[in-house]
Amino acid sequence: METTDHLFRREAGRMVATLTRIFGVHNLALAEDVVQDAFCRALEVWKFRGVPENPSAWLMATAKNRALDILRRDRTARTFAPELARLLENESKLVSVFDELFSAQSIKDDQLRMMFSCCHPKLSEEAQVALVLHILCGFGVSEIASAFLNSEAAIEKRISRGKKVLARSKRLFDISGIEDFSARLPAVQRALYLLFNEGYHGASPEFVVRAELCREAMRLTALLLAHPLGGTPVNYALAALMCLHAARLPARVDSMGNLSSLFDQDRSRWDPELVSEGQRFLNLSATGRELTAYHLEAAIASVHASAHRTEDTDWRTIVSLYDTLMTINPSAVVALNRAIAVAQLDGPERGLEEISAIAGSDRLAAYPFYFAALGELELRRGQWQVAREHFLAAVALARNPMERRFLEQRVSACKRGNTQHVASYEKVWNRQLPAFKNRLEGEDRG
Amino acid sequence: MSEFTYLFRGGRPQGSSPEQWQQQMQKWVVWIKELGEKGHIKDHGRPLERTGKVVSGKEKTIIDGPYAEAKDLVGGYMLIEAKDLTHALELSKGCPIFEVGGSVEVRPVMKVDL
Repeated sequence: METTDHLFRREAGRMVATLTRIFGVHNLALAEDVVQDAFCRALEVWKFRGVPENPSAWLMATAKNRALDILRRDRTARTFAPELARLLENESKLVSVFDELFSAQSIKDDQLRMMFSCCHPKLSEEAQVALVLHILCGFGVSEIASAFLNSEAAIEKRISRGKKVLARSKRLFDISGIEDFSARLPAVQRALYLLFNEGYHGASPEFVVRAELCREAMRLTALLLAHPLGGTPVNYALAALMCLHAARLPARVDSMGNLSSLFDQDRSRWDPELVSEGQRFLNLSATGRELTAYHLEAAIASVHASAHRTEDTDWRTIVSLYDTLMTINPSAVVALNRAIAVAQLDGPERGLEEISAIAGSDRLAAYPFYFAALGELELRRGQWQVAREHFLAAVALARNPMERRFLEQRVSACKRGNTQHVASYEKVWNRQLPAFKNRLEGEDRG
Repeated sequence: MSEFTYLFRGGRPQGSSPEQWQQQMQKWVVWIKELGEKGHIKDHGRPLERTGKVVSGKEKTIIDGPYAEAKDLVGGYMLIEAKDLTHALELSKGCPIFEVGGSVEVRPVMKVDL
């Protein structure tokens, strides 16, 4: 078993979900104890006997046996899952009932039930995400705290409050009825989106940790898609945007371990399978009447993904997608990204105008890439001293060493006579110019 | 070469997340693999349950658990081969049990000439 294989973490979520289904949501703590027991047992046995051929099955079987013991022992003293009460009271059928409850399909459904339960309306979005990560993805409190750059005490509080709300909800969310399913679905989508985003744009200095958050969000989204009610256009859009962004992950950090911007990434390192999977999901999402932010973000990512070189990017389409996104989901960050796209299309001056017109730009005051964008555009129009000030402001806001290194490099690029970036920008512009002219002439004719 | 027994005491897995537990297991796997590759493992031994009772005295009194404290509990044993006691002690130092407050008792297996 490789150290990079997060077997325990992955299995923890599966085991807790299924055990909670059997014990009842009010016995979540008991389910967690059984999982911990199973791990202790694995630790003790495997260190002497070696890791078994199918460690996942071994762990699940251990948890299952322990659950059977507990059920037999405590059946009269404790109430377990009310919805399973009748099934569980008949001793002669208990073993076959358990086999069914621990079947692969049941375990998948249990994770979905838990996911929907965690997205309880009484909990804040942050709490929902923390709870999903903790219960379904097996992340410990300190791991969540470091991924979110939060204090352990704050995460601990968030999770324990979340568990209380869960326990009080009496039973796990029923995912079989379309009405309840559809009503809770947006919250689930949002939590998965936030989980993915935390991985993709988050502040954790550990790139590996962030890639894992993305992977977990994608795993849970795949579970959602596989459910009979899960193949909705919005779910496909969500899956598309995750795939298309995740495809770029391998290129986000270059061979020296430095952050690489979308413009400078080695695009041959983008994952072609994820790109085509993302495009496929995007096609599947293009039905129905609902156009969501997920659709638009996926479409923007898809335009980027289909450009083999930065200069081949269809910025006009990207700007118009951002325009639509601004009408359905306006935010300062979306506006900033739109302004960057405008700068690509119409030049840095126009981009700067757009940035200064952003409503609520004070909300970007702590965001290093706000100042980085200002710096980049000033540098492109030759205002290297102004650019330098912006990049220095960005450095001061850097959230981790990788960001700091990246931004410091931009500071040192701001020198008189250093036209490297300007030149490369002009190269891009000149290449776009013919296409641009053609389009204008086409419009004239029309 | 002489035979020695390692008795592993205490050292319940520490930490509060699956990832931390897995890392501890990983360390054991690495340590035991290394010992095995160098030909030091005679018998991988067996883990012992943490439960059990002790029978003692003329009265054959039965008491719960061999020890009151988890740190004194033998969690398993292993039979290894080493040049001498010093060598066996040296080899035991790589054991991950020390990181979680446990200990290894190294005992030479008595040589009995038949």
